[in-house]
Formats: sequence, structure tokens, C-alpha cells
Amino acid sequence: MAERMGFFTDTSVCIGCKACEVACKEWNQLPDDGFVFEATSYDNTGMLGASTWRHVAFIEQSRPVRVEGDEGSVDRWLMSSDVCKHCTHAACLDVCPTGALFRTEFDTVVVQSDICNGCGYCVPACPYGVIDRREGDGRAWKCTMCYDRQLGGLEPACAKACPTDSIQFGPLDELRERAEERVARLRADGHEEARLYGESPSDGVGGAGAFFLLLDEPEVYGLPPDPVVTTRDLPAMWRWAGAAALSMAGAVALAFLRGGALPNHQASVRGGTR
Amino acid sequence: MAECHPVGFQWVMEAKARGARIFHVDPRFTRTSALADRYLPIRAGSDIVLLGALINHVLQNGLDFREYVLAYTNAATIVSADFRDTEDLDGLFSGWDPETATYDPRSWAYAGTDEQPQGEHVEGGRRHAEAAGPESYGAGGAGAHPSPRTDPTLDHPRCVYQILKRHFARYTPELVERLCGIPSAAFAELAEAVTANSGRERTTAWVYSVGWTQHTVGAQYIRTASILQLLLGNMGRPGGGIMALRGHASIQGSTDIPTLFNILPGYLAMPHAHRHDDLNHYLELEGGETGFWGNRRSYLVSLLKAWWGEAATEDNDYCFGHLPRMTGDHGHYTTVMGQIDGTVKGYFVIGENPAVGSSGGRAQRLGLANLDWLVVRDLTLVETATFWRDGPELETGEMRTEDIGTEVFFLPAASHVEKEGTFTNTQRLLQWREKALDPPGDCRSDLWFYYHLGKLVRRRLSDDEIDRPVRELTWDYPEHGAHREPSAEAVLREINGVGPDGRALSSSTQLRADGSTACGCWIYCGVYADEVNQAARRRPRGEQDFVAPEWGWAWPANRRILYNRASADPEGRPWSERKAYVWWDAERGEWTGHDVPDCEIGKPPDYLPPEGARAQDALAGTDPFIMQSDGKGWLYAPSGMADGPMPAHYEPHESPVANILYGQRANPARRTFDRPESPYNRPGPLFPHVLTTYRLTEHHTAGGMSRPLAYLAELQPELFCEMDPRLAARLGLGNGDWATIVTSRTVLEARVLVTGRMRPLRVEGRVIHQIGLPYHWGWGGGGLVTGDVVNDLMPLVLDPNVYIQEGKAMTCDVRPGRRPRGRAMLDLLETYRHG
Repeated sequence: MAERMGFFTDTSVCIGCKACEVACKEWNQLPDDGFVFEATSYDNTGMLGASTWRHVAFIEQSRPVRVEGDEGSVDRWLMSSDVCKHCTHAACLDVCPTGALFRTEFDTVVVQSDICNGCGYCVPACPYGVIDRREGDGRAWKCTMCYDRQLGGLEPACAKACPTDSIQFGPLDELRERAEERVARLRADGHEEARLYGESPSDGVGGAGAFFLLLDEPEVYGLPPDPVVTTRDLPAMWRWAGAAALSMAGAVALAFLRGGALPNHQASVRGGTR
Repeated sequence: MAECHPVGFQWVMEAKARGARIFHVDPRFTRTSALADRYLPIRAGSDIVLLGALINHVLQNGLDFREYVLAYTNAATIVSADFRDTEDLDGLFSGWDPETATYDPRSWAYAGTDEQPQGEHVEGGRRHAEAAGPESYGAGGAGAHPSPRTDPTLDHPRCVYQILKRHFARYTPELVERLCGIPSAAFAELAEAVTANSGRERTTAWVYSVGWTQHTVGAQYIRTASILQLLLGNMGRPGGGIMALRGHASIQGSTDIPTLFNILPGYLAMPHAHRHDDLNHYLELEGGETGFWGNRRSYLVSLLKAWWGEAATEDNDYCFGHLPRMTGDHGHYTTVMGQIDGTVKGYFVIGENPAVGSSGGRAQRLGLANLDWLVVRDLTLVETATFWRDGPELETGEMRTEDIGTEVFFLPAASHVEKEGTFTNTQRLLQWREKALDPPGDCRSDLWFYYHLGKLVRRRLSDDEIDRPVRELTWDYPEHGAHREPSAEAVLREINGVGPDGRALSSSTQLRADGSTACGCWIYCGVYADEVNQAARRRPRGEQDFVAPEWGWAWPANRRILYNRASADPEGRPWSERKAYVWWDAERGEWTGHDVPDCEIGKPPDYLPPEGARAQDALAGTDPFIMQSDGKGWLYAPSGMADGPMPAHYEPHESPVANILYGQRANPARRTFDRPESPYNRPGPLFPHVLTTYRLTEHHTAGGMSRPLAYLAELQPELFCEMDPRLAARLGLGNGDWATIVTSRTVLEARVLVTGRMRPLRVEGRVIHQIGLPYHWGWGGGGLVTGDVVNDLMPLVLDPNVYIQEGKAMTCDVRPGRRPRGRAMLDLLETYRHG
């Protein structure tokens, strides 16, 4: 397998131009998402979805009044380009029954549209709400980290289009190193709130292949604060289920061996709760 | 800048990463503000107060870069005793003629010039007001005395320095707070940063966009910034200057090789029918004899040779008589009035959508409806081509399709990726563009269109004398391909120019006035040097130094920083090692450095011009501003401006506040139209708010190139207005509701974006609300998204120097809910006009 590739999205230099959204749609030939004015700052995209693989969030923030007549004035406008996290432990991949979702040689997670049967198991499995089924098509779609471009030795379209290098693409280890330096620099400049999100291999998804530098709590950006791969507990659950099944089978067998019927408490229990 | 120039903004971010501090001044908190170190909200239309206060701060505290100022500006020059300032005349400069509403600038002249140079200096502002004069001088400025009297101690009460100091003395931080709405603490921080970051070791740059130009005092906004930058020694030096971000790709190119009515290529003045008899007479009146404009005969004769070739000879004035002539103002808005009046019968609209993109859209459409014929060339069927069948005047009953006699020809155009050619962008950089793919169907390049139209026209010419200018034009470019596309490189080579041997020239200093050279635009001479398309060079930045001279080609002479002689001290040494750029190498006896020196390479710093010298020989070795007749940066403009030698704060034509500085409320020389198509908002409570307009990153100008594209249109699908939460609450408006915005021109509706990014400002003791409207929408134009036309709201009132409309500051009213339709909308409008 080749080196693990990833995205580092440094939101501290994002100017909200949405070139990433447009470049992504253009390269991947995604359909538009409709023409709806959302009245949520400059964000009319709303969220990631089957036809939106990059989404720039706009968050207007006010701080305490300093000048008379200034109440409610915005003095911070956070912008952040969200994308599929390409998790180390990817639940979408775990639950896919057809093998449409697979891990590439770049250690990214890609869905193959010609194999996907539209079962939709992956949709609730994603802890970030990234992958989605396309209406009228039924299949699941999400960011491929431009698998086709990577095969051709090119960087993904969004990173290529980003004018301020807010979206950086490269070997994940290098990006993590660069990100640490950037955070240290920002903190030294007084931005105590700067932090990385998704870069740690010890987090609930084993570290994201696409991680972020944020200037506030993840929830502010619409990101889950402590994402956990939804299939994390599956092995344990199977173990419990297996044990439970075994003991149930044992109990049943025992009952038959004893030759008597199990007492039925259910009706009285139900009645009691009413 | 992040909003409208996101790609260029990467360099601001780069500078920030290297420690630059970014201040952003804007009526709205934008995407630029979000990334700046400091954001200063300002009332739209009050920038001269802010910049003037910075100038005052520099002058009162002696913070100017004195050595630079003394050597390189006209600070020491003594001004005529006849001059009177706005401080003396309550908002007017001397020379005001209320009859014609123009200035006679004679009293603004330098003192002691009995034999005043002829031309602009004498004829003055009247002609400017008539034909937008100053632009025809480009960076050059009009003629002024080459060696005026000076007082190097700067004590003389009539020296420019002292005049400036008196003029701006009342532009204080308190005034900034009162008129701009900027708290004095914020101003103090800005003033400290700008001055501390200027001098020998450091430089400060200013960046502006259309927000500075679309005002009745737009040209003076830029003048104010120029004065500040000259005082701080920030011109002609790396990291300094004033960067004008143009409206879109190659707008710089469209003034260099102009699409303007009043200039010829290279900023030569367009001849006037009644003022210029012949070539000699024209050259005598237009521009000074000293400085590089002293060579204008060579520039013009070479241009005439490029256009008329063999036919242009010394005996026939090199066909000077073939040039078209102005008779007055033929600017955009005057032309529209001519259409309405029936004096303009035909109209070419190329890559523009005035029915949506120009101020006072209703007047535009009334004009279009009164033409005999109209040619529209664009990528899609823009509103300008369809107004007769779907314009808003049909809904109100003001127009009926069957009454419109205009014959409309729509010709589909090739986009920029479907044709080859150059872009010239804001820093004068020419970049060659290859064709990526063939244009579809009948779409053709503009070059193809004009070339073949010219051939068709020429085929129909008679032997009549009147047809001679077009008959004798050189009109023979190599053609290629199935559609006989003319060669864009051949055109670029013609613009570059050729010498007597027929080889491409390499510098404008090779141009001659004897007809032996031909050059389509003297400032572009060298772009095809050595028979190589220099604009096509793309050497990566890693393979050359930080000036990157082999990335494209910058006019003039591939210089990346203009007037860079000023980056060295008068003796020719860099001001500091840190800011070294070009310098005098005494051993080799020539100028050298990182860039192409912007002076004669062998002229020593101690050169003094002999008596009677002309052109560049009349400039001393210490004169960096080589296009000026005195070689100095003008803190005070003795001529060339239609509305005063120094900037003064005037309120916008429509403003909710009085001018507390002068009795004169608005720019007295501004151009207004006393016509029913262009009513103005009456002052008073009917229009209590300030309205400003702008663009969004997601769209392009009037939308012709973005509304039809799904990926862009979905990002900003609907016209909205931005307003502060306090005003929204007062009007009972919630986020996403509908609001109606009214001026006396029209009524429109927009969705409401309630945002704390708009701030109510305390101006003159009262709270002023500003409404922001992006202007990208129209009713059709092949758009996937539609919306009312914002530019319909704007008044037709113009800057007197360059005739740009005041689109960035006006008054309006806001009402909750959607606008009335049809006749009811006109009724509502009537109540605002007369009610």
C-alpha cells in the first residue's frame, strides 16, 4: 500500500470563497443541490450530502459590546470547509454488505457507484453524517478524495482550487506535523483557542484522514465533539449477543429437559406499568 | 478583496503569515474583514475624512519621510498667490464658475510662471467637464512648469507642504468619529500602524477596489491615498504603492488599449473636433514638453503608422486627420441620454449587460428601446438583448413590445478559454492565454468579429473621400482555421511595434517621430521584443528571484514597480538594505538592481538638466516620477483634476447627513442629469438609510457569466439585502423575510439577511443604518436564478474627472414585505418622488 494520503483543512486561513465546493462538483460532475436561499449567513449549501462533497460553513460570532451602538455586532466570522473524514476505522465501510465501499491504496475510503446497491446501511453508520443517498438515484455517494486524480498523480480538485491553501493535501504524517506547527504558531500569536480536530489516532475513529484546524469548539462548526466509529462496539455486541443466545438456548433446553412450561409474567408486567 | 479577488487575496494571506498587519475598512464586515487583524466599519462615502485625518496626523506630528518628501514630491513648490482653498471659500476652490459649474484651474498653478505652458494648464477644467480630460493623461498628469520656485525649508506659507497642512487641519480623529463612525481609538491604532510601518526600513501598501471609485469624489479618493503614500515615502518602493483592484479580468488592458471614448492607446488624448486643427496643434495643446510625455510626438506618429501604414506620410500629417474626433462628452451615461433623445441610433454592446449592470437601469432600457439597431455579443442571451420582450417596464405598462422598434442582433461570443490573447491585470502584467477548446456553434472571438466586420465594411467602401480613413487602414492579419480566425499574436506584434527594418522593437525609447517606426501602443512596446511573445513566459517562481521578471511581461519595459527610482535615496543608494530594490552603480556608471530601473539607465543621480532641455533630458537625476513634467510626485495637483488641486470631503450626492466641514454639501463639479429618467432622492426623512452595493465571490458582475451556471448560482441563489439586527427589529423583519427597498428611481424586493456584520453607526450624533445589496441578479439572461435589478436603484450622478457613477453611497428607504406589482409599483414610487 502507498503512503496514507489526507487533507489538512486549516480553517484559520479559509476565506469562504467556496472554490472547493465548485471545483469538487466540476471535477466529479455532481448535480446541483437546488437553488434555495437559506438565510444562514453566506451558506446556501447547508451540509454535506450525496451531491455536495465539500461544504463551507459560515459562523457569525459576536463578542461583548465594546462601543456604544455596537451591540450584537459580529466581530468574528468563522469559515470552514468540511469534507468526508476518511476515518481510520470507517463504519460505512464496515457495514457495507456489497463491498461497494473499499479502502484504497492511499488509505482513503471510496464508494464504487457501479457496485453500490443503495441499501443505505452506510448512511446512519457515519458518525459525521457525511455519506448520503442521492434522491432519484438511490445509491450512496461521498468524497473520494479524488481517487481518480490521485491515481493520475494529481492532488484533489478542492485542494488544487483553494487560493489560500486552507485545504492542504499530502501524506498524512507530513500534514499532521505541519498542523502541529501551525497550531503552535497561532497559539503563540495569541489565538489560544486554536486546536486540531480529527488528527489524533487515539480518537473514536482512530484518527481521520481529513482533519482540521479549528478556532472554536467543534460543535460551533457543526462537527461532533467526540465522534466514535459506530461499529466500535460491534464485536463486543456480537460477543454479548452470542453469549446471550447460548444461555437462552441452554435455558430453553433446560426447560424442555425439566418438562415444564416457562411462567409467563409479561401480561402482568405490562399491566403494572400502566 | 477576499470577496471579489480571492485568488489575489492569497498574497495578502502570505504577507500576513510573514508578519504583515492587515486593516480592513469597509461599510460591511466582509470575508476580507474576517481574515484581517483589524476591521474598521465606515459610513459609505466618507473615506476622504478618514484618509485626510491620516494625512493631518502625519503633518501635525511631523511623521512624513522628510528626505523623500523634499527630494521626490512637490512639497516645497510655491503655489500662485491667486490660489484660494476650500478653507477660505467654504468648500469651493478658487476658479469656480457657478454658471458652467466648472473650475477654471489657472489660480491653482505653481507661482512665478509668467510664461505658463499652454494647453490644459490654461484651458482648464471646462474641457475636463466636457470631455473627461484627466484620464487622457494617465499617470502623466497635465502640463506644469518644469522647474518651479521652491522653498526647501517648507516654511513658505504658499509652499505645497504648508497649504496641505492648513487644508487638512480640521480633519481630526474627532471628525472621523463624527462623520465616518470610526471610534477615535480605532483611528489611533490605524494611524500608529500606518506611520510606524513607513520610512526607510518599512513600507505600507493600500489596496482599493471599486468601492473607492464609484463616488462623485472617486478620483479624489485615490488622490488622497496618493498624498498619504507620498508623504510616508511609500511610492516606487517594494511593499508600498496603491494597488487598484480592477473590476474584472483585463479591465486594465481595456484602458491601456482603450474602450474609452476620450483616449487613444497608451493614454494619448483623443483629438477634439474643434480644438485640434492638425497634428502640430494637437501636440502643442496636449501635455507638457518635459518628462517622458515630451516624446508624445513619437508615440502618436508611431501609432498612426501602425494604423495607416504606407498611407501615413509626413506630408499628410501621418493621417492624423483620419482619427475620429470628440465633440464633447461621449461617455456611457451621456450616450444613453442621446438614445432616449433619439440622437444615438445604433449601439454595440460587447460583453456587457447595461440593462442590468449600469446605473439607472430604467434609463438604460428606455435608451435601448429607442434605437434603430442594437448589436449584443455575449455568452448567453443577456437581459440587454431581451429587454423588449421581458423587461420590467412591460410589467408596469411603461413599455409595450409592439411599440419598440429596435432591431436587435444577438451574436454569440466565445469565452476566454475559447480564444487566444492576453489579459492585462491590475499590476500592468500581460499574460498570454492559449485557446483551450474551440468555441461551440456560431460563437466567435471578439477579434474575429471586429476583423471580419471590418473586412465586410471595407468591401462596401466607395472611392469617396469620406471612406478614405477606413479604406487606408492596415487590415491584413494572417488567418487560420475553418473560420479564418485572425492571428492574435500578429495583433500583439503590431501593438508592440516594428522598426525601419521590419523587426519587432524592444523599447518605446526606440520610437521615432519621423514615421520610421510603427507601434500600436507605446507603453506595450517590448512585449514582442526579439520577435518573442514575452507575455507567454511562464518561468516558475522557484526558478527566478522574487521580482519574477520572466513571468509574463509588465508594461512599461517589463518594470514590476513603477517609479522605482524612488526606492533609492537621492544619491542613488537604497534607503535601507531591507528595502533595496534598484540603485546606482557608480563603478559601472549605471542603474541596477532587482527590477528594470524606472529611469534612464545611464543618468547619474547628480545629473542636472541644462536650460531649455526637453522630454526626459529635462528631468534631474533625482526625479523619480518621470511621467510628470517636473518629475515630482504631486501632493498638490496644479492641474489635471476637474474638482480641485486637493481632495476635500463632500457628502455623496444623496446623503442622510449634512457636510459639517463646508457650506458646500456635495462635490460642486459633480455631473448631474436634470432629466425625468433620473430623479434624485430628496434630502430628508423619506430616505433615512445609507445604501451601498457590491459583489459576492460566488457571482460575476451583472450575472451574465454566473447566473446560468448551476454550480455558482446554487451558492447564492437569490437577491438579498443585508441589514443590522436593530433596524430589522424596528421594521419587524426576520431573517429570510422579504423587504422592499425604495429610491426615487425604482422599488425592488429582496430577501432579508439580518446580520451583525452590518453595524449601525453613530454619525453626527445619530444612528445611521446601512443597507447592503449585491447586484448580480436580473429578470432573465439565461439565468437559473433571477431577481430584481439592484442597479435600477442608483442615481445617475457622476464623478467629474472620469464620469463614473456614484454606485457605492446613496440613500434609500426600506419597507417590510414584497414590493407591489405593475401599476401599483409606479404609484408607490410616485409617493416617494412627490409625496
